[in-house]
Amino acid sequence: MKFGIMVNTGPYTHQAAHTAYQFTRAALASGHEIYRVFFYHDGVHNASRLTVPPQDENNLIQQWSDLADAHNLDLVVCVAAAQRRGLLDAETAARHGKDAHNLAPGFRISGLGQLVEAGIEADRLLVFGD
Amino acid sequence: MPSSPPTKRFLCVNRKAPHGTGYAAEALEAVLMTAAFDQRLSLAFLDDGVYQLVQGQDTSDIGLKHFSATFKALGDFDVRTVYVDVESLEARGLTPSDLLPLHYEDEADDWAVKDLIQWVTRAQLAEIMDAQDVVLSF
Repeated sequence: MKFGIMVNTGPYTHQAAHTAYQFTRAALASGHEIYRVFFYHDGVHNASRLTVPPQDENNLIQQWSDLADAHNLDLVVCVAAAQRRGLLDAETAARHGKDAHNLAPGFRISGLGQLVEAGIEADRLLVFGD
Repeated sequence: MPSSPPTKRFLCVNRKAPHGTGYAAEALEAVLMTAAFDQRLSLAFLDDGVYQLVQGQDTSDIGLKHFSATFKALGDFDVRTVYVDVESLEARGLTPSDLLPLHYEDEADDWAVKDLIQWVTRAQLAEIMDAQDVVLSF
């Protein structure tokens, strides 16, 4: 089956963010296809490469980056939700005159149309939120 | 925008109050984007989500954007159904007259102005959700 995944909560506060990752990994391991993972609302914080959790905790951001690298996943962060919350790629940071950018490897920033497209193209769109 | 089918049935489920969290405002952005893709789009308001449609909201003292007026434009975005859970309404002491009147102009009926809101029970909502291709839950 071809799944679309929507992640609406940030890491470490809500289990949903972690469950979304675990579902995605399990689906891939079972031979399913992940059409796209779309990060919205506070879910954009799952893409911050400046995240530094304690060493005895999972680094969810690194896990997403690794999973994207291993499976050529399309990890899309909503541009409007990201900019509201200070999650910027290099291009956006330059455009807004910011001195830093923090988008983790394997993620890209794009628009809400990517979510709608995932709904259209995937067999199932799963929403992970609170 | 992609112009080719497939067209799917999208339902945006709104369960949260308008300003306690950012969900409602950003859900509306997702609704408008879905409409731009020419999908069969409807909305449902249940639980505290029914507060999103309450008339006479004023956000000027809480520093948040007032977005509920945008709901009045849903008809112009080819949304044809807004489901409101009457049980959620009653549980909060609200009546249909407390909510924004939402209308659309029916192109197939000489542009007659029609109600966008359908009042439904929880049981009916379950059937409506079951009939969708995509449920965006906020």
